Amino acid sequence: MMTIKTWITHVVLGVLVLAIPGYAKDIKLLNVSYDPTRELYQEFNKAFAAYWKEKTGDTVVINQSHGGAGKQARAVIDGLEADVVTLALAYDIDAIAEKAKLFPKTWQSRLPNNSSPYTSTIVFLVRKGNPKQIKDWDDLIKPGVWIITPNPKTSGGARWNYLAAWAFALEQYKIQHPDQKDAEKSGEADAYSREFVAKIFKNVPVLDSGARGSTTTFVQREIGDVFLSWENEAFLAIKEFGADKFEIVIPSLSILAEPPVTVVDKVVDRRGTREVAQAYLEFLYSEKGQDIAARNFYRPRLESVAKKYAEQFPKVKMITIDAVFGGWQKAQKRHFDDGGVFDQIYGIK
Amino acid sequence: MSITHTQSDLRQTHPAYRGRWTPVILTTIAILFLGVFLLLPLAAVFVEAFRKGIGVYLQSFTDPDARSAMRLTLLVTLLVIPLNLVFGVAASWAITKFDFPGKGIFLTLIDLPFAISPVISGVIFVMLFGLNGWFGPWLIEHNIKIIFAVPGIVLATLFVTFPFIARELIPLMQSQGTEQEQAALVLGASGWQMFRRITLPNIKWGLLYGVILCNARAIGEFGAVSVVSGHIRGQTNTIPLHIEILYNEYNFVGAFAMASLLTLLALVTLAAKTLVEWKTRKDQAKAVIGGIR
Repeated sequence: MMTIKTWITHVVLGVLVLAIPGYAKDIKLLNVSYDPTRELYQEFNKAFAAYWKEKTGDTVVINQSHGGAGKQARAVIDGLEADVVTLALAYDIDAIAEKAKLFPKTWQSRLPNNSSPYTSTIVFLVRKGNPKQIKDWDDLIKPGVWIITPNPKTSGGARWNYLAAWAFALEQYKIQHPDQKDAEKSGEADAYSREFVAKIFKNVPVLDSGARGSTTTFVQREIGDVFLSWENEAFLAIKEFGADKFEIVIPSLSILAEPPVTVVDKVVDRRGTREVAQAYLEFLYSEKGQDIAARNFYRPRLESVAKKYAEQFPKVKMITIDAVFGGWQKAQKRHFDDGGVFDQIYGIK
Repeated sequence: MSITHTQSDLRQTHPAYRGRWTPVILTTIAILFLGVFLLLPLAAVFVEAFRKGIGVYLQSFTDPDARSAMRLTLLVTLLVIPLNLVFGVAASWAITKFDFPGKGIFLTLIDLPFAISPVISGVIFVMLFGLNGWFGPWLIEHNIKIIFAVPGIVLATLFVTFPFIARELIPLMQSQGTEQEQAALVLGASGWQMFRRITLPNIKWGLLYGVILCNARAIGEFGAVSVVSGHIRGQTNTIPLHIEILYNEYNFVGAFAMASLLTLLALVTLAAKTLVEWKTRKDQAKAVIGGIR
């Protein structure tokens, strides 16, 4: 019979044996990212590790963490040691700069193209044959159309959805009032948009916390008639589940979504990983990196790669957040902060 | 006990129930309920896991991230159980064998983790050890990682599984009273001797039962761990968290393969629990007979 002493020895030894392999010496990077980039970074990390090995001889292992962009930013603020963050929108990275001061507030000017190596947009994913005949944003407010979108409070993609819908309503108001000068900037236009977006959210049966959760709700659990989705996420769903099940509808107007990236200064300086973290992000802008992004259905920035994949990405009329909403800070404050417009319209559901 | 067994069927003992349909209908409802809510999901787990054949099923366990999730879950469980074992025995010993002021409050505190949602348990640790938490700045200065790392996961699991062993032991030790211990002390036993020869043998089955429950919860805990994990693949994902990730990546076979592992563990736990219950009853019966003699 085992005595208590030998039993304790066994446990301690067992724990040591289990724990040691986790702490082998290698360069390790942690990339904290948003929900739909799993496949992108899986492929990109392999390519970068190979590139880095060839360049410096060092082995680099990139660890990934994925979730709703807001939630991920929160985790970094609370101390998740990310060397780089690659999130869904600038505001979430701003929040890290502001609340945890891990890098300067001017982070977005440190890399080309607003620090966004790839872009995307918001499209509609509908079931095959488009049974509810959803063509554009104004089809969404019809009664009996069930819409799937994640929660704008926690998901970056959902905030793009919301703002795209708002921008569409502004545009529509402008068309309806051709005689009014600067119609889309008037108070009535604002009220009209608010009403429009409120109607959309009345048709949302479930709000998941991240884009991937919503995809599963729509695709796997088969809830809803239309899924307001990142373009890349919609393409991926079709690739995974077949073009015989779903089709993509391009609305008449959408939004240019720029998911930005940055190095987390305080973390890389403490860990001594600045050089490799910087190179990692720059590699996203290289021809190879851009090609991987395009293969994973993100719109590349580099002209040569964009040409190569031109057929894959349909032409969409896109507005920018800076032009219509005056940037993320303003949009976030007005629409998504506690007590903001989203809370008001979702509260009175 | 034997009396209740032979007369447990009301239809045989009470004329009012003879030939009635009520018992049949109630039993059918219960069985249907069990089937729909327990057996069906159980079957679904295995059907989904084997959907693409046994080869793919087995392969999901060779994935490095899956391996690391299993390793982490094992590590957490192996750390949490001994700690809770010591705490549980100490706490129930203090409560049942001694009187001290504030005993009621102490007892309530032990139950606290049962009462609050696991998510809150996780958030508590973020508040304490997060970068902006009470101890965050100090920890970062000394380069100690607690949350979003293994220690945080262990702490959160420890907190959630805290009451299991103590809650199992307290009623048992209360019913046993302190006479035997007092006798031992009068006969000149030291404190440790008394504990090892009297208390421990008396509570061993209850203790094991508590350990089994604690183990089951430690392996399966999702909420609290999810908050403090940071979800770094291959590093801070336990089995339940890894299942969520696989599911979200359309890797349904992988997700259900891992789920089947947890299900099997649950079945083993159930079997062990039944065995221990049976053993405890037998021991108690023996003790009663011994007492009469």
